[in-house]
Amino acid sequence: MSILIDKHTRLIVQGITGRDGAFHTQQMIAYGTNVVAGVTPGKGGTTMHGVPVFDSVAEAMEQTKANASVIYVPAPFAADAIHEAADAGVPLIVCITEGLPVRDTMAAWHKVMAKRGANNPLGKPRLVGPNCPGLITPGQAKVGILPGHIVTPGPIGVVSKSGTLTYEVVKQLTDKRLGQTTCLGIGGDPIIGTDFIDALALFEADPKTEGIVLMGEIGGNAEEQAAQYIRRHVTKPVVAFVAGQTAPPGKRMGHAGAIISGGTGTAAEKMAAFEAAGVPVARIPSEIPGLIAELLQRRRTRRRNVVAKAAKQATPAKKAASAKKVARTKKVAPAKKAARTKKAAPAQKAAPARAAARKRARTSKQQAPRKAAARPKSKTKAARGK
Amino acid sequence: MNLHEYQGKELFARYGLPVLPGQVAGTPEEARDIAAQLGGLVVIKAQVQAGGRGKAGGVKLAHDPDEACDRARDILALTIKGLPVRKVLVAKAADIAKEYYLSIVMDREKKAPLIMLSAEGGVEIEEVARFAPEKILKLHIPVEGLRPYVARSLMMQVFPDFAQAQQAAAILLKLYTVFMDGDCSLAEINPLAVTTEGRVIALDAKVSLDDNAEFRHVDWDHWRDPEDESGWSRLAREKGLSYVKLDGDIGCIVNGAGLAMATMDLIKHYGGEPANFLDIGGSSNPEKVTAALEIINGDGHVRAILFNIFGGITRCDDVANGIVASLKESPLPVPLVIRLTGTNEEAARQILSDFGLGATTSMDEAVRMVIARAQEVNA
Repeated sequence: MSILIDKHTRLIVQGITGRDGAFHTQQMIAYGTNVVAGVTPGKGGTTMHGVPVFDSVAEAMEQTKANASVIYVPAPFAADAIHEAADAGVPLIVCITEGLPVRDTMAAWHKVMAKRGANNPLGKPRLVGPNCPGLITPGQAKVGILPGHIVTPGPIGVVSKSGTLTYEVVKQLTDKRLGQTTCLGIGGDPIIGTDFIDALALFEADPKTEGIVLMGEIGGNAEEQAAQYIRRHVTKPVVAFVAGQTAPPGKRMGHAGAIISGGTGTAAEKMAAFEAAGVPVARIPSEIPGLIAELLQRRRTRRRNVVAKAAKQATPAKKAASAKKVARTKKVAPAKKAARTKKAAPAQKAAPARAAARKRARTSKQQAPRKAAARPKSKTKAARGK
Repeated sequence: MNLHEYQGKELFARYGLPVLPGQVAGTPEEARDIAAQLGGLVVIKAQVQAGGRGKAGGVKLAHDPDEACDRARDILALTIKGLPVRKVLVAKAADIAKEYYLSIVMDREKKAPLIMLSAEGGVEIEEVARFAPEKILKLHIPVEGLRPYVARSLMMQVFPDFAQAQQAAAILLKLYTVFMDGDCSLAEINPLAVTTEGRVIALDAKVSLDDNAEFRHVDWDHWRDPEDESGWSRLAREKGLSYVKLDGDIGCIVNGAGLAMATMDLIKHYGGEPANFLDIGGSSNPEKVTAALEIINGDGHVRAILFNIFGGITRCDDVANGIVASLKESPLPVPLVIRLTGTNEEAARQILSDFGLGATTSMDEAVRMVIARAQEVNA
């Protein structure tokens, strides 16, 4: 499993005859992505790398029954390309182009949301980006510009505002044999179609994703909101990183959204928000693989324990349990607690602060699954049904 | 890009917003001529992009042209919050009865422009927000636009006099047009003033423009003040590099904004100080690499330079070629540490080693190395 794209993805490339569009079409095909159509107005009837080119997205949709589109159209026309894809009924629209005026993105965002309808966070259509590297589901499909050779299939969902920093971290994960379900670059613009919360909801709903790595950066308050969301709704372990700890206020750091304004949007505030939500924060990128590996290990152990416990309690607890069974459960619980404490002990010695954060993380997460277990599952099924 | 007050007022006037007549002056003599032209009481205002100009002595009244000349001379000698005053605005003065605050800002979270309005004008809005947030009225503008009745009813909540509320509503509607047509990320009037005759006018203008929209605004170029940018910043912008000068001594050249920030953070983490933020962007034009080296060498006190390249669209061999071409032309006065990985990494390594340069693949290792090299230079 994965999120948003997989081997069933049938992709349209908007701007396929341009320099970037043509190059990355080749790269996506080489990775095994099923590119079914290209669109460049005025170039209909031609082909590019063996892919038929159409004059409009509507025509391409009609002819090829595509289910996703990726946009490499130059900035002045990119928002229009999003509108065109949304109007043609494309369910997943990924805009790679950078440099879109915010006003244009805002209008395109509202178009996509109006098509989706209210209160449908996991629904379609979905816009990813603009100004993002796209996404890749290792071994299945890539939509965008992420390099294919750095990813490998596995249990980790990766979501990031950045491009090359994502590559850096994904490569470090892969080098440590920590594979990925899907790597998603949401982009660094002030207005984006898919934010951290959407991505977290998607990964939470994906049964194959066991842990999540989230990479934010200075500017705005998306990280603070993500931290809140994780505390309330995410049962899977999350590790966070925030770029721009040394960035001065008032200076735009490359990305249109990466600016500290009026004392808000600093890395320190974002890191504190994650820590307060029980999410371990990596100080430097190379800490990420170790942190997520440890949390995954702990989650797997806990799950095994839960399964073992469930097997012992064959009868559901709510049926008037016999006094004997109650006694047994009570005996089991303290033993397990002790076992867990032992495991946590060495980590505490090594890095007291981080261990404390993790301890908090565990406490909050232990409570969360019980409340959340029933609810997100039903939501997930509903979303998948659509 | 942030506009100066006089530029913001120029933009406002174009859309029919009421501003008091005035002109910008670079010398005391020019200020005198403008004051003579305007006649009567004038106000001289320092044109720097900083709040609290009044408190810093950057806003003065003058009763006649000679006084305007003297006041302008005083103000042009000031430095306000580290910014030297190079220009003053000379404008007709008004008798103010009451000051309000009005702005439209892009709210990235709600994906909509946000109107902020307050009867507490003339002070910095951040102060009001901190101590009396209930005194700021906020309203998001829906995607279909701002209706006149909405503007009117908003203003009626703040202006006790209906005629004034109506004038203010007209100003808000025009300000919204400025904001949308002008691709602003902020359009602020502080104070929005009511004169003793009951006229509502924009006494100040603070405008930030969305740089991404420059392609459809041919007029923006003339607003860019060449003196606001150092020569190096201008070169960076012209070459499509994203560059911010910092105070440290380790220069860094990175591809991608996120990785560039993370590189700066890592330098700090290992005990160094970054000299800059520099993102060479996605394409790997060797010319950009040359320009990047030139900028970092020229601007500031760099003791060592780090290249951190993760090849995706950027091809490592292109960067290597750029480095070699640049070094052939002018050898570097400081040590260079290169980290390359990703697309065409092998070819890049070959190009560098033919030139006698090494490269590492680990970012952590490269950062520790460049800090060590910088310290050697220090010693």
